[in-house]
Amino acid sequence: MNLRRLFLIAVPYAWLGLFFLVPFLIVFKIALSDSALSIPPYTPTLDLSGGWTSIKEFFQGLDFENFVFLTEDSLYWKSYLGSLKIASISTVLTLAVGYPIAYAMAQSADEWRPTLMMLVILPFWTSFLIRVYSWVGIISNEGLLNQLLLGMGVIDTPLQIMNTPTAVYIGIVYTYLPFMILPIYSALEKMDGSLIEAGVDLGCSKLQAFWLVTLPLSRPGMIAGCFLVFIPALGEFVIPSLLGGSKTLMIGKVLWEEFFSNRDWPVASAVAVVLLLILVIPIVLFQKNQEKAEEAGR
Amino acid sequence: MAEPAQQKVFAPWEDPSEKPIIRFEGVTKRFGDFTAVDKLDLKIYRGEFFALLGPSGCGKTTLMRMLAGFETPTEGHIILDGQDVAPIPPNKRPVNMMFQSYALFPHLTVWENIAFGLKREGMEKDKIEARVSEMLRLTRLEQFAKRKPHQISGGQRQRVALARSLAKAPKLLLLDEPLGALDKKLRQETQFELMDIQEKTGTTFVIVTHDQEEAMTVASRVAVMDHGKLVQVATPAGIYETPNSVYVADFIGDVNIIEGAATPNGDQVEIAWAEGLAPIVAKSSEPIAPGAKVHFAIRPEKIYVSREPDMERANRVQGKVIDIAYLGNISTYRVRLANGQMISASMTNARRLSRRDFTWEDEVWLNWTDTAGLVLTR
Ligand SMILES: Nc1ncnc2c1ncn2[C@@H]1O[C@H](COP(=O)(O)OP(=O)(O)O)[C@@H](O)[C@H]1O
Ligand SMILES: [Mg+2]
Repeated sequence: MNLRRLFLIAVPYAWLGLFFLVPFLIVFKIALSDSALSIPPYTPTLDLSGGWTSIKEFFQGLDFENFVFLTEDSLYWKSYLGSLKIASISTVLTLAVGYPIAYAMAQSADEWRPTLMMLVILPFWTSFLIRVYSWVGIISNEGLLNQLLLGMGVIDTPLQIMNTPTAVYIGIVYTYLPFMILPIYSALEKMDGSLIEAGVDLGCSKLQAFWLVTLPLSRPGMIAGCFLVFIPALGEFVIPSLLGGSKTLMIGKVLWEEFFSNRDWPVASAVAVVLLLILVIPIVLFQKNQEKAEEAGR
Repeated sequence: MAEPAQQKVFAPWEDPSEKPIIRFEGVTKRFGDFTAVDKLDLKIYRGEFFALLGPSGCGKTTLMRMLAGFETPTEGHIILDGQDVAPIPPNKRPVNMMFQSYALFPHLTVWENIAFGLKREGMEKDKIEARVSEMLRLTRLEQFAKRKPHQISGGQRQRVALARSLAKAPKLLLLDEPLGALDKKLRQETQFELMDIQEKTGTTFVIVTHDQEEAMTVASRVAVMDHGKLVQVATPAGIYETPNSVYVADFIGDVNIIEGAATPNGDQVEIAWAEGLAPIVAKSSEPIAPGAKVHFAIRPEKIYVSREPDMERANRVQGKVIDIAYLGNISTYRVRLANGQMISASMTNARRLSRRDFTWEDEVWLNWTDTAGLVLTR
């Protein structure tokens, strides 16, 4: 009995340890190393054959130099800030687009809901990379959008959307919209319709009833959706590199460049560790929100 | 100078000069081609505790939702306090509703739930405080003011819903199966509480229920509904003692129904109901055509069970006791007559059980007077 419980608890911890803690420790260790022209491209590496002295040497070779370096070069903190800004703005935009869609879905007739749900999930059936890339064909200077607007005579010169933050916002909002819609929809859908009627019965206008009843009751869904967008958007790499051009500073892109272009694994690892630390805060808040929503739902 | 010591009975429906607070005039409500409420006329008076009684799906909730303004009649008019309510949106009607599901706002505390309607009115803060406190006291919820709805019991939630709908002092309070979710004991207690609150506040209550006992307990008048129509509107005693149809007689309490052919005889009717048995003799207030098919309805407690026929009662039939249901204060006997018909008759248990008169398989006589039952033509 006790053994079984121990086992049940041990499984998720073992999973987390194996696939989260161990990789994190490896990355953290690399972040404390120095860059080197070798394979792997950092030093020191742990050599157990040398016995106690080599282990001691190994630990003496580790230091926080790379983290200090991150604070010295303005590129890094600017990229972190850039990522925070872009992730925040896109989260707000996704919420603004996603809420009405989720609301309309929850209001629609029962027989339509599975179809609408399907339509929201449908884009996942195509590769994310292809979908982001196809936006290039839409928003580039020679793209569909500009051709359409030029053809209709709305504009004389093509709109420069490609390689601007706007393109990144479009990409992120488009990509993460389902993550916003689904939790909001699920909150709205399980709301008892008579609550709105009760609000109206007690003197609310329709708008007031929405503001005072619907909105607060869908808040846990909204918060969940915002985190589900914000967290991956913060480390986003593909969208800014395909659509954002060289001027858009995002930490995911910097990380990629450090790793693959500069082959500076230790600095790249340090960037990753800091990014993770930044993400821990919203992830913990997200967990708190979920727990609260669960408690209120009972 | 002495006042006449006359107890005034509350019966505004009998006073032709009294103006009803609500009047339904030929109200019909259709959903597609389904008629939920059918050409309904009804008057409800100020201060009444009016019960809408009927089986599930007969249109009670629909009727109530039309009063609250959530549904509009397909035809006809609803007049509230002399004013046609059709153009008034639900949030502007002087009517509040207590929902079947209570519909308490889960994100607000008990206090905030009760204050919700008052805040919408733009009432001053200290007045809101006072009114909410009054409501909390009335419904005995003072200790729970700061709790959320999911932190209190079903009975307490029911009282919050009541307090919230009463807070705005509506002219009319609609209660849709308010006690449906409570267990039997709590329900009976709450019925008396509701009556008490209704009396204290003087508000006109319209309550929906499918529980006939509940309707009989709380209401000043009961309307029995069937398929969107009102079958009978009367006081609980009126409904019980003089149902106007088999449907009502059967719906309210226990009743024996005997079918037969009527032969009028002065102010009496003779009902031939079984080959070789004497006809049932009953008084009838309405004229009945000779040979008409009628139903004779008689309540179990109006039948006197005896060993020997009781010559003082006009009707006497013999039968055999098949079943006895002992209910403490009364026993109900199921008696089979010579033609196979089953009749229930109940007698009060004045004696101790061991000295009971009748037992299973006993031959007994069922006796009743000519005024004990009712002759129903529909
Ligand atoms: N919005 C609606 N659309 C279609 N049919 C409805 C609607 N509301 C109620 N009905 C139908 O009207 C009938 C009466 O319903 P209701 O008034 O809720 O009955 P009750 O409250 O007496 O149980 C039911 O058969 C129900 O299916
Ligand atoms: Mg109902």
